[in-house]
Amino acid sequence: MAERAQPITALHVAGGAVAGLVALIMLGPLLAVALAGEGAGGVRPSDWAAIRFTVLQALLSALISTALAIPVARALARRSFAGRHVLITLMGAPFLLPVIVAVFGLLVVFGRSGWVSHGLGLVGLPPLDIYGVHGVVLAHVFFNLPLAVRLFLHGWQEIPGERMRLATALGFGLGDMRRHFEWPMLRRTAPGTVLVIFLICTTSFAVALILGGGPYATTVELAIYQAFRFDFDLSRAAQLGAIQVAICALATLAAGALVIRVPLGQGLDRPPVPWQAAQGPLTRASDAAALTATVLFLLLPLLALVGKGLPALWGLPESVWWAALRSLTLALCSTSLALAMALPMAALMARWPWPGLELTGMLSIAISPLVLGTGAFLILRPVANPVALALPITAVVNALMSLPFLLRILAPAYDQAERTQGRLADALGLRGAARLCHVILPRLSRQLGFGAGVAAALSMGDLGVIALFSSPAQGTLPLEMYRLMGSYRTDDAGGAALLLLVLSLVVFRVFDRGGARHAVA
Amino acid sequence: MLSLEHVMLRNGAFTLSVDLTLQKGQRLGLIGASGSGKSTLLNLVAGFLVPDTGRILIDGSDVSRTDVASRPLGILFQDGNLFPHLSAFDNVALGLRPDLRLSESQREAVTACLDQVGMAAHADRLPKVLSGGQQSRVALARMLLRDKPLALLDEPFSALDPGLRRDMLGLVSDLCDQARLTLILVTHDLREVQNLCTDLCLLDKGQVTIRGEMQTILSDPPAALRPWL
Repeated sequence: MAERAQPITALHVAGGAVAGLVALIMLGPLLAVALAGEGAGGVRPSDWAAIRFTVLQALLSALISTALAIPVARALARRSFAGRHVLITLMGAPFLLPVIVAVFGLLVVFGRSGWVSHGLGLVGLPPLDIYGVHGVVLAHVFFNLPLAVRLFLHGWQEIPGERMRLATALGFGLGDMRRHFEWPMLRRTAPGTVLVIFLICTTSFAVALILGGGPYATTVELAIYQAFRFDFDLSRAAQLGAIQVAICALATLAAGALVIRVPLGQGLDRPPVPWQAAQGPLTRASDAAALTATVLFLLLPLLALVGKGLPALWGLPESVWWAALRSLTLALCSTSLALAMALPMAALMARWPWPGLELTGMLSIAISPLVLGTGAFLILRPVANPVALALPITAVVNALMSLPFLLRILAPAYDQAERTQGRLADALGLRGAARLCHVILPRLSRQLGFGAGVAAALSMGDLGVIALFSSPAQGTLPLEMYRLMGSYRTDDAGGAALLLLVLSLVVFRVFDRGGARHAVA
Repeated sequence: MLSLEHVMLRNGAFTLSVDLTLQKGQRLGLIGASGSGKSTLLNLVAGFLVPDTGRILIDGSDVSRTDVASRPLGILFQDGNLFPHLSAFDNVALGLRPDLRLSESQREAVTACLDQVGMAAHADRLPKVLSGGQQSRVALARMLLRDKPLALLDEPFSALDPGLRRDMLGLVSDLCDQARLTLILVTHDLREVQNLCTDLCLLDKGQVTIRGEMQTILSDPPAALRPWL
């Protein structure tokens, strides 16, 4: 069929240039890491230990999160109750929650001096030990249980309502419902869910940094950090980076395809499907127990954080406020940069849906921030002082990390805008700025706001590349909080955590609301 | 005015193959079953599609490879004719200047066109507060303002109720008379063609099967047209 006579615009050209630049920025450091890692010798026993621990904690986290999510998703799928919408929204919140903040909340609840240990002490039991594999898995379950619930709930909601009503008409019991609906849905969804969570957990850094460490609880990502930061053994860091790239490359395949397609709590709050067989008191009680336990598990650390942080908030050291200002500035810069990259790329993807373009945008999932940081350090060291450039490098890396999410959010909306009014715009000769102003931006306002909110919140909470080579004077809020935790100033760390939580949610909300306010439909 | 010479377009198993001529002031009603090629034919004339072979001439000039905005024609789509964030006035003004920087005389021209379609009183309103019929009138005003000799209407009133549709067809007919527009209307409804058009064309599987002056055809309808009556 003959092509549509739509011209290539400056925005499309910019999209191509951005895609090329992204590939260069991502692959350059990767090449530097690969070259530097060549002379590192064989894999050491400690590296094998890191690989083993990475796989073990990821496997446990994936299996536990998935197993716990099944009854919660089932209860959400079949129960209608006050607050259901809020609960489903809550399931999207950990995505925006800074990792270090959540870990701090978990420490307040499950740590040696935490609430649970205190309760155990009252009945004469020893306190919990959250450090090591238990703590790492606990934190990963905290982050990934909601994701698994969303995936399963999505699976439930893909079952047509007519089929559920037919089951009711045929008098299906609980066993029949499981056999004919739940089991096929789980067979379809559970393997992907386990795989995705497994791969997410293999790239965990901040959780392992705080709750892991030592010879028996170090992930590969953490080992890169230690080789770089403590030993300054660049060739070993590079070699570990190459191992991590291999692990992350697998993550791209699953996470790119599954995780970021899952709505962040949106679109999952359709009315529950009716289960006539689930009206008995026992079933009701088990659903209530699953939901209550999940709510407590997700909310208690946050409530604990508020309780701990609020009294300390006003007495925070000056360095925390400066760090907060740096984090906000960094978030705004990386968000602007991410949008400047994503919009032209989305335009090009709408005009030219070549899979390689999307793959370029997804590269940042495959290459971890620490590998990028290591590579950037290696490239910059001969020409500049990388430590002096820590903040700009972090801004660029954070922008690249949010690019896959932005593209997933913007590209379909851009395509839809072109489909809806592209022909009218062509007929009226709207090009360049006029097309952007009248066709694209009004229709993408909501997605731009939401995407910018996600990018800003992710950047606010990032504790990745900045930890690698920043000086004390350049610390962001998560890094400053980590330093406070490391020097056992837990009250100040609690205040900083609360500040970080509030700022992350506020920047997300401001962008998201701003976008929604200007949306035309 | 408009001439399609041996125009052919392939899309998978479907092939559109058309020869068609339209004189100035003629109004052609294009009917046919879904998938017969009506919209494809309109998209070729508009410039959204480029023919594999053949030529499209408007006023003697070959426009087969000319982009949409440069062709001397106005289009009304089935939906999405108005930009939702712009007022009725700005939606019409967009037809003159995409950057909306209008001179005083251009503003007067916009107001005059809105007045012509009975929408001057609603100039400041956003499309979402206008009814379907009012939205169609605004889109029509923009088409008038652009003052192009050929009008393409792609089922623009199909979402309106029968009364409104009749009103709109009457309005378009009057405006065509005043401006001596040549028009192609794509529709599923033969009554719309009867109300507005002078000529009729029936497409079937990408081929023109009936083509002629409306009254002549309807005085003795061929068998192929019977399902439409």
